[in-house]
This record gives sequence, structure tokens and C-alpha cells, in this order.
Amino acid sequence: MNKKPSLDAESAYAALRDAVSAALAAEPARKPCIIGIHSGGAWIAQRLHRDLALSAPLGTLSSAFHRDDYGRRGLPAEMKSTDLPFEIKGADIILVDDILFTGRTVRAALNELFDYGRPARVELAVLLDRGGRELPIEARYCGAVHPLSPGENFVLSRTADGRFALEIE
Amino acid sequence: MGHPQLNANGELQHLLTIEGLPRTMVEHILDTAASFVGVSDREVKKVPLLRGKSVFNLFFESSTRTRTTFEIAAKRLSADVLNLNIGTSSTSKGESLLDTIDNLSAMHADMFVVRHASSGAPFLIAEHLNRIRGPHVHVINAGDGRHAHPTQGLLDMYTIRHHKKDFAQLRVAIVGDILHSRVARSDIHALTTLGVPEVRVIAPYTLLPSGIEQMGVRVFTDMREGLRDVDVVMMLRLQNERMRGALLPSAQEFFKHYGLTQDKLALAKPDAIVMHPGPMNRGVEIDSAVADGTQAVILEQVTFGIAVRMAVMSILAAAN
Repeated sequence: MNKKPSLDAESAYAALRDAVSAALAAEPARKPCIIGIHSGGAWIAQRLHRDLALSAPLGTLSSAFHRDDYGRRGLPAEMKSTDLPFEIKGADIILVDDILFTGRTVRAALNELFDYGRPARVELAVLLDRGGRELPIEARYCGAVHPLSPGENFVLSRTADGRFALEIE
Repeated sequence: MGHPQLNANGELQHLLTIEGLPRTMVEHILDTAASFVGVSDREVKKVPLLRGKSVFNLFFESSTRTRTTFEIAAKRLSADVLNLNIGTSSTSKGESLLDTIDNLSAMHADMFVVRHASSGAPFLIAEHLNRIRGPHVHVINAGDGRHAHPTQGLLDMYTIRHHKKDFAQLRVAIVGDILHSRVARSDIHALTTLGVPEVRVIAPYTLLPSGIEQMGVRVFTDMREGLRDVDVVMMLRLQNERMRGALLPSAQEFFKHYGLTQDKLALAKPDAIVMHPGPMNRGVEIDSAVADGTQAVILEQVTFGIAVRMAVMSILAAAN
């Protein structure tokens, strides 16, 4: 698994894809469902779903209803809906996000997921781990690790041909 | 001082009327409502946005449907809800409106949903609460006199957008007792705010407020003429008590001229939708065949009303 600090989003994606692919090859009986967290995680989930040729439909998930900073920031200006076109009860789920930072988004996403049922297992896959965790949450699959100072942020973008780019703000 | 509904940061602190709300704000409420529609289909029909908040349903005038949908909306947002039918308690003992509010406010209410027979009562309450409690308490107007019923207006807009996608080409007719209807006023403000090019009102002269044209509507007293080629027919409830005055000869007479029947509806566009805020008087303003027909979206209005009220409550609760 590629653990070198990297800013090249495409090589981070390739490392993530290979890590997930290797894990699925080791357990051929698995039929996981991929769920991407809006917005960046949904882009990555969409590409993983295609590249790994998974049979189960792709899901997307919004963490907005369960965010712990709602009292301060309110709802996002543009709300995305959760769309899970399969049974969550008993499902084997790989939850995908772009940047893993405090872990609060993943916590909110897990709450959202459990409102739909009780999955058999949930794994976390992220493009990039930037450090700074505030909750006991770690990714099972990670494309790259690149610690940032608290004031900085990675922003993921997607070009018209579907390639990823990462910038520090 | 700015608009009484907005706080110092320009956020929506109270929802008292649609009149004067920026179009972007109305659209934001409708967009937010869309994400709440699915919550009712989940295994857990609850999200925690208003967890730990207290919502007081303050109904000085009775209403089953509106109070119930506000209650469900607040509960699906995980709020604690208290229903107070004030008409039967304090005020009948002589307590003033603002004394009632002070007492409830001392119980640390975070949000008041207010229905009152007097136009402007929710404004009075909102201003009073701003003075005594500051920006952290919120008021939603659930219908005041003849003035406004903004969440009904918003859920009507949500229903229209759901079926027609875009407001820019629509012709909408509002039919019935315009004079006494707060729903009609809120719908007219909402439709014109969202850019509907032609809003019609259809009623006998005795049920039309004077100067209604100044709200930007076309007036028709002949229902057949007024329904021609419309995309949306919004029926209003004819309150039976109006029949006792000199405004109308009889329910039968009203139905003959202004009741929505299949043959009158045939004058509208073939894909026109029929709406009604409820409760319906079958055989007075609407024929049963139309109310139960394929063009009616009346029960969808009720369902969407919950999502719209969830959106309004969660937007207000985040303003501070």
C-alpha cells in the first residue's frame, strides 16, 4: 500500500483502488456495496464502483442531518440527498470519503447509514489521510497520507474527463 | 431596523409571511425540503437536527391538520413538542397574549408555532420575543387571521414545482373565497416571488378584496373563462360561516358557479393539477369526482407539507 506523502490525486486514487481490489481478491465471497459521502467521496466511490466492476448498485450518502456543527453552521446551502438503492440490513459496506481529517464527517455518515438499517459490516476507504483526528476513527483503505497544519485544507476537484486533482488552501 | 423576519446577519430568524422574502430564500427552503422528503421513508424516520430543542405549538384558533403536520415535522427533527390549545385555557381566563408568551418563554421554549385569529399576532409575538429573549428564539406563523399562512404557501409551491418543474411558463388560477383566505394571499406572494407570469383569481365580487389587482393578479368572476388553459388550479375552502352573511345566496348556488367539476376542469390544460389546502367541502367548492380524480394532488400536498415544515424549522433553528 502506498503510504508515501503525495499530492498527486491520481496516484493516490490508484493506490486506494489497488488496496480495495487486493482486499476483495483475498475474500472472493464478498459482495460489498460501495457508498460515497457527498460530494468528493461520491466521485471517488463512483470511479471505484466502475473500476472494480462491482455488481451491487452504487449508493451516495449525505452527512448533513447528523453533523455536530449544525448549531453553528446550519444546513449547507445546497443539500444533497442520501440515495441507497439496496437493503442496508445485513449489507457489507465500503464507505468512501475523499479527505479524512477530524473523523466527524465519518461519525455523522455512520449515523445516517444506521437510520436505514443495521449493516453486517462497514469499512472506511479514503483518498487521503491528512491527520488531525478528534474521534477514534481510522480508514481501512487509504490512498495516501499527507499531514497538514490545522489552518490548511485539501480541496478535491474533478476534471471534465473524470480525473482528480488536489490542492491545498 | 431591517425586515422583522431576518436577524442581523440576514438569516431567516422567524417565518411570518412570504411577502418580501427574497426569491433565493424561498428557493432555498424548497431545495432543503427536497432533502427531507426521503426521511419519512427510512427505517428510522427521524434526524437529530432539533435534538434538545423545545417547540411550542401555540394554537389560539383550532386546526387539526396544520397542528398535526407541524408536530410530526418537529418530532421527525427530534425536537420536544408541546401542543397548547390556548383558545380553551389562559386567554379565556383573561390573560393577555404577551403574558402567555412570557410564561411559556420562561419555560425555555426555542420555537413557537403560532396560529391566531387576529392578523399580525405572530408579528407581535416575534417582536416581543426579540426584545425579551434576543435572537435565539424563533416564531413560525401557522396562519394569522386573513393575513398569511406562509408554510401552506411554501408547500403549495413545493407541490407545483414537483409536478411542473419550472415556474417561468405557468398560468395558475386560485378559486373561491379570496376575501377571507390567508392561503390565497400567501400563494399569490409566493407565486409572484417565484416568477409565475400569470396568476389569476376567480371568485364572485362579494368574495374578492378590493384592490386585489395591485397584488399582480388577473381577476375573473366567470370560472369557465378563468380556468381556460391554466396549468394549476388552486381551490380554496369555502368557510360555511360565510354563508350566513349576505355574501352568498347558498352552497348550491356557489357550487353551480364556482364549484370545480370535471366539465369545468376540462377547460384547463389536460395536464393541469388540482390543489386544495383542506379541509374540503365536497359538493360546495369541489366535486367528489375531481377531488378523487387523477389530476388531484391534494394528499401529496399534505405529505410535502411535513418536509417543507421540517425545512423551515431547521433553517430557522440554525439562525443565531
